[in-house]
Amino acid sequence: MNRKLFTLLAVLVSLSIVLTACTQQDCPDCPVCPEGGECPDCPDAPICPEAVECPDCPEVAEAAGDRLQLIKDRGNLICGVNAELIGFGYINPDGEFEGFDVDFCKALAAAVFGDATKVEYRPLTASERLPALQTGEIDVLLRNTTWTLTRDTANELNWAAVTFYDGQGMMVRTDSGWDSLEDMAGATVCCTTGTTTEMNLADAFRMRDTEFTPLLFESTQDTNTTYEEGRCDGETSDKSQLAALRSAMAVPEDHTILDVTMSKEPLGPLTAHGNDQWNDVVRWVTWGMMEAEEKGVSSTNLTEMLASNDPTIKRLLGVEGEVGASLGLSNDFMINVLTQVGNYEEVYMRHLGPDGIDIPRGPNELWINGGLLYPMAWR
Amino acid sequence: MSQHAASVKQRSVPFWRNERVLRIIAQIVFLLIAFAVGTWMLFNYKQRESLFSFNFLKEEASFHLAEGIPFSPTDSYARAFLVGVVNTIRVAGLGIIFATLLGSIAGIARLSDNWLVSRIAGIYIEIVRNTPLLVQLFFLYFAVIIKLPRIQEALVLPGPVFLSNRGIVLPWVHMTDSFSSWLPFLFMALIGAVVLLIMRGRGVQRTGRPSFNLLWVGVPLIVIPWLGWLLISSAPLLPNLPEMISKSGGVLKVEGGTNLSSEFAALLIGLVVYTGAFIAEVVRAGIMAVPKGQTEAARAQGFTQGQILRLIILPQALRVIIPPLISQYLNLTKNSSLAIGIGFLDLYAVSNTMLNQSGRVVEVFLMIMASYLSMSLTISLIMNIVNRRSQIVER
Repeated sequence: MNRKLFTLLAVLVSLSIVLTACTQQDCPDCPVCPEGGECPDCPDAPICPEAVECPDCPEVAEAAGDRLQLIKDRGNLICGVNAELIGFGYINPDGEFEGFDVDFCKALAAAVFGDATKVEYRPLTASERLPALQTGEIDVLLRNTTWTLTRDTANELNWAAVTFYDGQGMMVRTDSGWDSLEDMAGATVCCTTGTTTEMNLADAFRMRDTEFTPLLFESTQDTNTTYEEGRCDGETSDKSQLAALRSAMAVPEDHTILDVTMSKEPLGPLTAHGNDQWNDVVRWVTWGMMEAEEKGVSSTNLTEMLASNDPTIKRLLGVEGEVGASLGLSNDFMINVLTQVGNYEEVYMRHLGPDGIDIPRGPNELWINGGLLYPMAWR
Repeated sequence: MSQHAASVKQRSVPFWRNERVLRIIAQIVFLLIAFAVGTWMLFNYKQRESLFSFNFLKEEASFHLAEGIPFSPTDSYARAFLVGVVNTIRVAGLGIIFATLLGSIAGIARLSDNWLVSRIAGIYIEIVRNTPLLVQLFFLYFAVIIKLPRIQEALVLPGPVFLSNRGIVLPWVHMTDSFSSWLPFLFMALIGAVVLLIMRGRGVQRTGRPSFNLLWVGVPLIVIPWLGWLLISSAPLLPNLPEMISKSGGVLKVEGGTNLSSEFAALLIGLVVYTGAFIAEVVRAGIMAVPKGQTEAARAQGFTQGQILRLIILPQALRVIIPPLISQYLNLTKNSSLAIGIGFLDLYAVSNTMLNQSGRVVEVFLMIMASYLSMSLTISLIMNIVNRRSQIVER
C-alpha cells in the first residue's frame, strides 16, 4: 500500500515537472536574466537541445536602479499592447504584433538597443493593463490608454507623451436613423469595461437627461460581436477604435459613427511612478519622432539629412551635442529609431492612413499644420 | 513482539525519526514561513504610496449598471457593489434550486432500467462534466443566445412571451396599492397550511397512516387568498403583460412583463447544466450506496417502484448525497464569477469596474473575497444543518 502510494506520488511529481517544463518553450530566452537578478531554471524539456548554462547575472538593485538600467540588463523591452485592435495593436496573419502603438514599442527598442526587434509584447485587456504596469510586469504600456487625472495620481502612473488625440464616439446602425445621443433614449449600448469610456458614456447620457442601458464586456472583441449581432443598439469607444472596428465589420456601410464626441481621449505611452529616467526616454523618443516629421526627416532621406545645416536636425540625429548621453542612450539613438521605424508621419500613414484603417489626421496633425502635436524643444 | 519492538525503538530512535521532535520542527518551520510571508506582505503594503482606505465607497460611482436592483450613475460605489452582490445571490440561488432538480432527475435517469433514458442521461453527464464551464458559457452566449432573432424580429410565443437576443420577456403580475391589505391573508393561508401539515404528521405518528390526503393541505392556500381577494375592493395583483412598443426614434422595446436579460439567462442555464451534471453523479453515488438488499426487501413487501425510491432509497441515500452536494453548491456560487466573460453584472464584474475606476485594487479584492467567503460559509452552514437532520439516528 505504502509502496503504491509512493509510486503514485513519484509519478505525479515527475509528471508535474514535465508539465512545468513544457511551459518554458523558448529555451533561448533562458540565459536572459529576469529583473530579480536570478537565473531561471531551464529544465531539460524535450524541446531543449541541451541544458542552457546561465551566465553570471548582474545584481539588479531594486529601488535604486532605474527601469532603464533594468531594461538594458535584461536585453529586451517588455511592452504592454493591445492584441485585438486593428490599426493600433493586433496580431497580423503572420503571427506578429503590428500597429500604431506597436510601432512606438519598436521605436523604444530601437532607441535603447539599436534593434527594433528586441521587444517582448504582452497582450493585455483593458482591465489588466494598469495592474500589469503597476506591478512592474511590463516596462511601458502602449495600449491606447487615456491620460486621466486619477490614473496619473491614484494609480501611480506617469504618461510620457500623447501619441494620439482621440475622442469617444458612438457607432449605431445606419438604418436606425439616429444622428445624436438624444435620439437614443432607451437604447442599449455595448461598452468595454475597465475603460474611461464606461464613465464618459454615463456622463454623456446623464448630461442629456436621457435613459440608456449599458452592457459591459471584458474584451473589445466581445463588445463588438454583441453589437454586431444586434444585442445592443449602439457601441461606444474611442473614435479611432470605432473606425477600426467598423472597417472589420461584415458590411461597414450598415454602421455609422455619430458626429458626437463625448470626451477628450489623449492616448499615449505610460510608465509606473518612480522611473523618471525611463519615462524621459519614452517621452523624448516619442517627441523625437514628431520632431523628425516637423523637420522633414524620415527613414528615406536620413543620409542627406545627416549632412543638414539645421542645428535642430544635427542635435536630433546626434551629429552635434550630447542629447543621447543625457537620456542614458547612445547619441545616435534617433537614427536607429528613424531607420528602423520611421518618423511619426510614416508610422501614422502605415497604420492609420488611407492604406490602413483610414482615420483623417485631424487633431493629430503637427502644430505647424494646425494640429495638436507639439513636440517640446529638442536641445 | 510488539513490546520488544517498542523497547528497541525507545532506546535507539534518533531525533530525526522521533515523531514528536519532527512535529515540533514542522510547526516551527510553518511559523517561520508564515512570519516571513506576513513580513513580506507588510513590507509591500508599506511601499504603497496610497494607504489602505475604504472611503472611496462613499464616492459617486459615475458609471451605470443596468441589471438587478435600480442603480444610477450618481449612486455610490457601495451601492454598485451591492448591485453585484444581489445579482450574484440571484443567479446562485436560482442556480442551486434548478441544478438540484436537474441533477436529481439526471442522476435517477442514469440508473433507470430503460436503456434510452439511461443513455441520454449518461451522454449529457459525460459531455457536460468533461468540458470547461467557461467554454460552455461562451458557446451558450455567443453561439446560441446572441444568435437569437434581433428584437425587430422577436419571436412571440403564446403568453405572450417575447424571445430575442435582448432576453426573454415573460408575463408577470404587478402589485397594486391594495396589495398590502391582501398580505395578511397570504400569511393566514400559509399558517393554515402549516397547521394542517403538522396535524397530518401527528396523525401518521400516532396511527401509522395519514388521516387525510396530502391535497387537503393545499386547500387553505387557495381558499383564504381567494376570500381575501373578494373582501378587498380592488384587485391586489394585476397581470402585467409584455407588449412591443416602438419609441420615438425607433428604439424597439418590450414594455411590461418581467425581463430576463440574455446574459442572466445564459449564465443561469450554463451554471445549472454544468453543476447539474455533477450533482447527477453525486445522486447516483448516493443511490448506489444503499445496499441492494433494501430494494429487494421492499419489493418483496409489495412496494411499488416509486414507493421504493421515495420511501426506502432516497432517505438513506441523502446522508451520502448531502456532503458532496454542499461542495457542488459552493462551486456553483463561485463559478458564477465567470459571468464577467458574458457581460452579466455579477459581484466580480461590478468589482472589476470598481477597481479600475477607483484604483483601489487591494481594498476591492478584499471586499470580493470577503463576500464570496461569507456566501460560501452561509451555504455551508445551512447545508450542514440539513445534513445533521438527514443523518440516521443511531440507537
